[in-house]
Amino acid sequence: MKISFLQRFSSWIILLLGILYFALPLLGTFEFSLRMKRGEYSLEAYRVILSDSRFQQTFSFSVMMALLTIVLGVLLIVPTAYWVRLKLPRWRPIIEFITLLPLVIPAIVIVFGYIRLYNTSSWLPLTGSSFGTDILMVCGYTTLALPYMYRAVDTGLRTLDIATLTEAAEILGANKITILFRVILPNVTVAILSGAFLTFAIVIGEFVFAALLNRPAFGPYMQLVGANRAYEPAALAIIAFGITWMCMGLIQLVTRLQKHTRIQAPR
Amino acid sequence: MSNSLTVHQRTTLSWAWLGVLPFLLFALLFLILPTLNIVIGAFQNPEGNFTLENIANLFKPSILDSYWISIKISLASALLGCIAGFLIAVAVVLGGLPRFIRSPIMTFSGVASNFAGVPLAFAFIATLGRVGLVTVLLRDWLGFNLYGTGFNILSFWGLTLTYLFFQIPLMILIITPALDGLKREWREAAAMLGASGFQYWRMVALPILWPALLGTFALLFANSFGAVATAYALTGSSLSIVPILLFAQIRGDVLHDPHLGYALAFGMILITMVANGLYLWMRARSERWMK
Repeated sequence: MKISFLQRFSSWIILLLGILYFALPLLGTFEFSLRMKRGEYSLEAYRVILSDSRFQQTFSFSVMMALLTIVLGVLLIVPTAYWVRLKLPRWRPIIEFITLLPLVIPAIVIVFGYIRLYNTSSWLPLTGSSFGTDILMVCGYTTLALPYMYRAVDTGLRTLDIATLTEAAEILGANKITILFRVILPNVTVAILSGAFLTFAIVIGEFVFAALLNRPAFGPYMQLVGANRAYEPAALAIIAFGITWMCMGLIQLVTRLQKHTRIQAPR
Repeated sequence: MSNSLTVHQRTTLSWAWLGVLPFLLFALLFLILPTLNIVIGAFQNPEGNFTLENIANLFKPSILDSYWISIKISLASALLGCIAGFLIAVAVVLGGLPRFIRSPIMTFSGVASNFAGVPLAFAFIATLGRVGLVTVLLRDWLGFNLYGTGFNILSFWGLTLTYLFFQIPLMILIITPALDGLKREWREAAAMLGASGFQYWRMVALPILWPALLGTFALLFANSFGAVATAYALTGSSLSIVPILLFAQIRGDVLHDPHLGYALAFGMILITMVANGLYLWMRARSERWMK
């Protein structure tokens, strides 16, 4: 089908408007972040932020939370998705429905429920200590990551012949744990990594859980800086955007690598 | 014989069930029970008896206003996000643009749709705030005083414009596969029967895309309705949308009625549930055409 000049022209206009809308806030933020010293552009705002001890503390706290969330998520989801595919295909719609629920129930409602259910006078007083609260937060972040993590792993498993792999491993004398960690897991590494990077991007700047559970995470720190400073928030926004960009770039990278390294299934 | 077989099957089934127990237990403890707790609380009075009074109290003008402004912002950002995202996707997929721009646009959409929360608010303050780049450039180059028109980044339109930064890319990500699914033959068949480009869109393409468009609209609606961090970092508590009100309620019982807080949360679940239900239903319908 031929595309007329008018169509092509309007396509370019739409694209340019789109680029303008998305580039301006990024340019504006970047420009603003350089204006801290009067009369000249400098990286002063970045220097102030990066040398702030609370930045270092909250950032490493959030990185820790993200890593723990990824570990818990993998331990919880890979065996479940594997088991459902292998033995309980009829359970799939139910499990899938549960993993989609965190998209339906707003995060703020979930954390509200945590505060009610796990307060100091409840049967499981997790919010009573900072360690308990951290556990609760990792569980909460794992819940938020469920939809992305489960979908990534389940898609990864779909391309494998799980039944044959499992049977072959069993014949060779492997038990279920060995199969899971030495046969299934290496085959879905790319899927897990994709889910993990997305989880990292979500958790690192998460605000609602950390603020309402009162933990010193990066999200509330950014909010605090935003409420009190002028140029530093712009620098933080650029840093956060860089992290998100890096995570998405890594997802693309591992997906592209997979296409080359994966052994083709026999047709 | 057949009897023993069913018994055997039943026992293996009961063991297999144990495999998903950790997951179910986790979901119960950290997803289902917390939510149920709030829902039940919405229907209880302080003494723990059943009541509909909390739900009735949601219809007080102050709370109704919060819901209304939340719904308006979500509708506006979902509608504009759908239209803009659709136009960009059409331009990229069907508009005759060079093929190499497609991949960077999809990557950028992946990044931008996940770039929400506190930093996004900072970006828009640095751009459209009182001393933001665009505000200053408009004033210095064109002599146009943006804030003289009554615009404020801490307002309805400011928030809507900010939300579009993650709404448009989400639309692009979801609608592009649907546009790819439009078969060339349909367009050719329509052209052969004498349809103009406009008629093809009105009578063939849009009816096929309609479920996908409506479904994504519902998803975008829910997406902005539940967003807290962006709004909070942008406006503090000056704009009283539902998530902000709930945030303040959880922090310090600003409504002076804990059970009204549960009802507020319940209302949020109800609205996002309807929107997401619509999305899932529409997605199932649109997949019929996309095989």
